[in-house]
Amino acid sequence: MVSFMPSEDQKMIQDMARDFAINEIRPKARDCDEGDTVPESVLQAGWELGMVNAVLPAECGGSGMERSAVTGALMCEELAWGDLSIALALLSPALFCYPVMECGTEQQKKTYLPKFCEAKFYRATSALVEPQFDFDLSALKTKAEKKGGAYVLNGAKCFVPLGLNAEQYLIWAALDGKPGYENVAGFIVGRGASGLKIGEREKNMGIKALETCELKLENLEVSADNRLGGEQGCDFGRVASLSKVALTAMASGVGRASMEYAKQYAKDRVAFGEPIAHRQAIAFMLAEMSWEADAMRLLAWEAGWTLDKKMEDGFKSACLAKLYADQSVMWITDCGLQILGGHGYIREHPVELWLRNARGFATFEGLGTV
Amino acid sequence: MIDFELTAGQKNMQKMIHGLAQGMMRKWARWADDNEHKRVDEWVNFMWGALKGMGGGMGSMDKKIKPAAEGEGEKKEKKVGSQNMQLSVMVEELSWGDGGLYLAMPFPGLGGAAVMAAGTPEQKERFLKRFTEGSPKWAAMAITEPGAGSDSAAISTTAVKEGDKWVLNGEKIFVTAGKNSVEDSEGFVVAWATVDKSAGRAGIKSFIVEHHTPGMKVTKVEHKLGIRASDTAAIVFEDCKIPLDNILGNPEVKKGFRDVMATFDATRPMVAASAIGVGRAALEEVQKQFKDAGVPVRYGMSANNMTSRERDLMMMEAQLKASRLLSWRASWMADAGIHNNMEASAAKAKTGKAITWITQKAVELLGPLGYSRKILVEKWLRD
Repeated sequence: MVSFMPSEDQKMIQDMARDFAINEIRPKARDCDEGDTVPESVLQAGWELGMVNAVLPAECGGSGMERSAVTGALMCEELAWGDLSIALALLSPALFCYPVMECGTEQQKKTYLPKFCEAKFYRATSALVEPQFDFDLSALKTKAEKKGGAYVLNGAKCFVPLGLNAEQYLIWAALDGKPGYENVAGFIVGRGASGLKIGEREKNMGIKALETCELKLENLEVSADNRLGGEQGCDFGRVASLSKVALTAMASGVGRASMEYAKQYAKDRVAFGEPIAHRQAIAFMLAEMSWEADAMRLLAWEAGWTLDKKMEDGFKSACLAKLYADQSVMWITDCGLQILGGHGYIREHPVELWLRNARGFATFEGLGTV
Repeated sequence: MIDFELTAGQKNMQKMIHGLAQGMMRKWARWADDNEHKRVDEWVNFMWGALKGMGGGMGSMDKKIKPAAEGEGEKKEKKVGSQNMQLSVMVEELSWGDGGLYLAMPFPGLGGAAVMAAGTPEQKERFLKRFTEGSPKWAAMAITEPGAGSDSAAISTTAVKEGDKWVLNGEKIFVTAGKNSVEDSEGFVVAWATVDKSAGRAGIKSFIVEHHTPGMKVTKVEHKLGIRASDTAAIVFEDCKIPLDNILGNPEVKKGFRDVMATFDATRPMVAASAIGVGRAALEEVQKQFKDAGVPVRYGMSANNMTSRERDLMMMEAQLKASRLLSWRASWMADAGIHNNMEASAAKAKTGKAITWITQKAVELLGPLGYSRKILVEKWLRD
């Protein structure tokens, strides 16, 4: 039966994320953006709330909560409402441990997951995006070729979150360079592996506070045991879909932030003797921003729901949701800036920051995971 | 629990109506468009037979109009109904068949909805029983005037009490199924009129006017861009006298406008559902044409690497989904007794924009075929 009511557990998680966003994230967002950094204390605080490890299995030391893409979407929206960079930094370790949890071999789970259940924020990440204009999840240029009992990886990655000092990397590559989701495999690579060259800190237009870097893979040898899921590999389409749902939910959070701020501004700002919110040019824009943010949220929920139910059209739903969100969030944040007029362009107000962050959605894939 | 699965009953009904839409509505869609205002007898008689047997659709009407309950804060567990959701699904399916023929169904419609929402048991019996017997009938709702559209508080049609009658004077326009209701069948129209102009909104009441009442005249039937299967009438009231107990709801000037407006909270998501049905029809036609011609649509690739066709088609799909989700949310809220005024309005506003865009894109993507009247895509854009 169709319902739009989160469960009690989901509401609890949503409230927890919202409180954290209001009290811990939002107040620091501007300084983090200007300083190109997220304080360790924020990462640690989010870690302690169980944002990453609550769903890890009990036998590895996690809380064993049921993993749900819909629940993840609720949390991602709230965190991204606070700040997108901080949200992505907090969840970076999940880019590694969730795929391991979902499709790793027993040995891989036993080896890697316990670290994520310890008290200290564990720096792990994944490398998916590549530095070329035609980057495409379904046609990765990073190649993995089997030679003897190992795979040899060659290629380049970029936008690797927390990549400078990560302990573990999950590197995605195309088997023998073949296109198609079915040919994408994940490889677990530890810090210091020979052939793994960590590049410099990247300088990007937005999500500046999130540390990202390039990786170069030069004949990087990975033992067959460290291919995610072993010989069987993993369902990369599903991993990518979950990531798309999370990003769509985050886009909804960023869009809502901009809409709420612009709405308040339009009510307070008086021109020609009345609040500018009374002008239809402004009011109509705000109304549309509001339902567009809602539309992104509902698309994320619906796609997440199809994935939770392992339905056949889950992949398609996730692709459509993300495609929609990429455009919608850019439009909303642009309107938010426009409503503030000249003030919107000034860095004293957050709307320009949200515009810069929103522009990233259409560019990055696989930077978010539930 | 967040859930997007229709109930088994809803799915069955959807399937049944889909068959009807495919078999009967599509067959007549072009003819009805070419022959504006001509009744499609086969369709009307078939539907009348079907609906009459189901109590003129009064069963579902009864539940449809459940007004959004106040006092949402109540802790008491409320039972969530499913009537609005059910109707959303039905209306989408019927409109997938044809948006005009759907409105031309012999059905109590908006007029019946108003009676169900605010009528006394006696009024329900007197006005709605007719939908279970005799020949096909319609009922309409008359709100808009030449000088008052969305600004319904500016209504200038007057109702004055004289002895044991209300006397109505004024002009109503854009009355959906107006001619069917009051001239071509033994139906009725519910008209909004003010009993006290100085009271503004509080003075506006609904009055039920029977078919062929002296003093009421259909002065015009509009020629429209689309939705031609459904008549859109202008109705003039000139010293039109109706019985005193043909007023709906409380005759006191203080009360009532909120109830009257609450009707829209229930009907806006249905208008959205209708548009979604039309948009889906257009989308599916494009998908079919692409498939027949072997044009691939590759999900999951980077938007930068898609063809322009692929990108357009996927955006049409995403826009349709977004519209449906917003409209379902509003319907679900109504079923759950949660005040949905904003969500119902947003659903209709978003959907109107999205479906106009989707059908326009469908015409564009199908090139000369889309513009041709050989297939229905150009009609869906006009609808």
